[in-house]
Amino acid sequence: MSDVTVPGDLKADRPARVNPARRFFASGAGRSIGLLIALLVLVAVGAVTAGENFMNANNMLVILRYASVIGVVAIGVTFVITAGGIDLSVGSVLGLASIMATIGAIQTAASGFWPLMVFVAIATGVIAGLLNGLIIAYGKVVAFMATLAMLVAARGLAELISDRQTQIVDNQGFLSFFRSDLLGVSWVVWIFAIVALIGWFVLNRTTFGRRTVAIGGNATAARLAGVNVKRHTVYLYMIAGACAGVAATMLLSRTTAGTSTHGQLYELDAIAAVVVGGTLLIGGRGTIGGTVLGVLLFATLTNVFTQNNLSTSVQLVAKGIIIVIAVMLQQRFANREAASSSGPPAATVPSASPPVA
Amino acid sequence: MCGLERAMHVQFRRALAMCYVRRVIKDDHPESLLEVRGLTKSFGAVRALRGVDLDVRPGEVHCVLGQNGAGKSTLIKTLSGAHQPDAGEIRWKGEVVTLADPVAALELGIATMYQELDVVGGLTIAENIFLGHEHATAGVLNRRETNRLTRELMKRLGHPDLSPSREVGGLSPANQQIVSMARALSHDISLMIMDEPSAVLDSEEVDNLFRVVGELTKEGIAVIYISHRLEEIDRIGDRISVLKDGSSRASNLDVKKTPTRKLISLMTGTDIDHMFPPRATLPADAPVVLEVEGLSLRGKFSDVNLTVRAGEVVGLAGLVGSGRSEILETIYGHRKATSGTVRVGDTTLRAGSVMSSVAANMGLSPEERKSQGLLLEEPIYRNATLSAFTRFAKGWLLDERAERRATKTQMTALELRPAEPDRITRTLSGGNQQKVMLARWLIHGTEVLLLDEPTRGVDVGARMEIYRLIRELAAAGTALLIVSSEIEEVLGLSDRVLVVADGRVLVERNSTDIDEHGVLDLVMKGSAA
Repeated sequence: MSDVTVPGDLKADRPARVNPARRFFASGAGRSIGLLIALLVLVAVGAVTAGENFMNANNMLVILRYASVIGVVAIGVTFVITAGGIDLSVGSVLGLASIMATIGAIQTAASGFWPLMVFVAIATGVIAGLLNGLIIAYGKVVAFMATLAMLVAARGLAELISDRQTQIVDNQGFLSFFRSDLLGVSWVVWIFAIVALIGWFVLNRTTFGRRTVAIGGNATAARLAGVNVKRHTVYLYMIAGACAGVAATMLLSRTTAGTSTHGQLYELDAIAAVVVGGTLLIGGRGTIGGTVLGVLLFATLTNVFTQNNLSTSVQLVAKGIIIVIAVMLQQRFANREAASSSGPPAATVPSASPPVA
Repeated sequence: MCGLERAMHVQFRRALAMCYVRRVIKDDHPESLLEVRGLTKSFGAVRALRGVDLDVRPGEVHCVLGQNGAGKSTLIKTLSGAHQPDAGEIRWKGEVVTLADPVAALELGIATMYQELDVVGGLTIAENIFLGHEHATAGVLNRRETNRLTRELMKRLGHPDLSPSREVGGLSPANQQIVSMARALSHDISLMIMDEPSAVLDSEEVDNLFRVVGELTKEGIAVIYISHRLEEIDRIGDRISVLKDGSSRASNLDVKKTPTRKLISLMTGTDIDHMFPPRATLPADAPVVLEVEGLSLRGKFSDVNLTVRAGEVVGLAGLVGSGRSEILETIYGHRKATSGTVRVGDTTLRAGSVMSSVAANMGLSPEERKSQGLLLEEPIYRNATLSAFTRFAKGWLLDERAERRATKTQMTALELRPAEPDRITRTLSGGNQQKVMLARWLIHGTEVLLLDEPTRGVDVGARMEIYRLIRELAAAGTALLIVSSEIEEVLGLSDRVLVVADGRVLVERNSTDIDEHGVLDLVMKGSAA
């Protein structure tokens, strides 16, 4: 019996012949290499056009510091998008967290122990994420709408609590910690690095990461295999919220004030960095390394433009073009991969959906 | 073309068609409207059509019969221009034609009404009917004319009550079908292909459908009618063609001269009994591991009782829409039962909880393997361990090496070649993807396995392997509950079979005590009642 079937199976399953270079660039590492090349090209452009002003250690640290806040937000968003969700609320939640952490009473209470402010910011993010997750997983509201609602509501709540006043950070312990550095590198950058490392580890090496990818790849299949999809979804949005909270403390240290306008449009920057980095917007494939590179790419772009005295408007246009090109390249590789590796059509009865006459 | 002009044009063509019919009726040798000769079509290694012949005359109802997988859908899609045949000839009104796409077919006058209705829920009836050929002047829709024509069509189809401005999404399936039919008739057609149009209808609606079919044929329009229900063919069919395994078993039989008994044997054939491995005798003391009591799901099925013992294979036989898949999914907790209990061993499962089923060592290989079962872009081992990766893990830390090892062991046992756990699952054939599903539950250590359409999309060779594996699983003590749209498969694989129709279990028999004719007989009586 197996004599009959094995050749057939082998034939059906013979690996598709693909150009090795193309195959490499379609793989996860390959895509990251592509991004790295883009980043290096950008650095070269910066070095040529701005010379010494760009190519010095200090400016590099400026770029890193600039990238760090968005970077931490983007790591959280990477988890949500990998699982096939979306979180539009992270920017607003960041703003709300910055307000919550700088309320007079909290600052007074934190005068002896500044990490309390950090804790309040993160807790704010986690609670907002918990609400997002519950509404999406158990309330069955699509993620786009649920987090859009949170985007609006969190911003409003931040305005209500702060009465639209800027809340100055007067906790010297908090400020001096973030002003200090380690090995010449700001703590803000270290925090980004630590969050990215933890994120990479969790996504690639833990059961939590496996569930995340599985849900993004096929939520029904994951559920039917016994994965608790709803609970996991809630955790994911809590992670995105927590990252927004961490980013809020980083932004607080840089601006030394909490305002309800902190983090405006950060969600879009974060999503752009995640997708440009190679995480599939439909879920099922996520890369923390890609996200980091994506964030660095945009930060470097901003810096190069600023060094050349180009207006922010030009920056925005360039950003838009980069996003479109990156996504088009991503899709092209994804399509080739799918087309070159698909076996024979599935069924004896081809079940292609009927064309509309 | 302006509305009035168009309407006149249609009237004119209808009048012509009437003359044509009269001429044909006088003629002793009626000309064929559509002649199909030696049509073949393959999808990769799967030969869906291997030589189909068909003649359709103007104004007749030509029934095409065949079991699931016989090639009916492929034939329809080829005739409607959705698929291109590999070989064979299609003659339309005597001339050889190529149906490059559905639009080309429609321009010739061939309209198709698919089983999955292709109406747009958010649009109105009128908008749906004239979708793609709107009546408009310089881009501005001529609503009054559109509505008038729609009302006319609705009247002709026996539904003057359906207002042109109603939204289609809110209509019953039967009425959506009317809209789909009206859309076909809004073109100037001479052949209408209907794919199981009665599947979504109750008996009164079927009467209306038949009345409409009668009207169409009176106007000279030919109808190709696909159905499972043999009794319908007696009522409206003129001639019959039977497909089996992609080829014509009989073409252009006269309905009145062909007994139903003969049709069933043409449809089923009896030459593939050897496909199924022999059954082992069940030990008398084999314990009951799956026990379902009074399980109901509102609107789908009610009061299902069944038991499966360790090492036993039980099958659910029934037609599409009988509720058999829903029963399986509800037992598993994918759907939440309205009432009733499911016990695995001593554990009573929580209704609607897949997790409690998996924890109790029950597994499901779902009907739609690709969309419900597999992570297609992930490597095989991650699919095989999807239910058990936490057990391999040390705390939170994945142990991918152990996962690969376990997967490889199962791949070897299941003869899934080549045994490369890192291969991307999408690249596997249907049979091997099914084996990955089996591997998942073997790794998980399942005692009760529910298999929904275990050989869908699996070619004949790999099919026999799956059958053998199912039997081996049973021999190893697994309790299996199987659903398949192929009745012979259910009968050939299982020890006991439950015949399901209209959400009820009609009878329970030993598989050896009932044959395919018997099951079809029961099912048809059941759905006619």
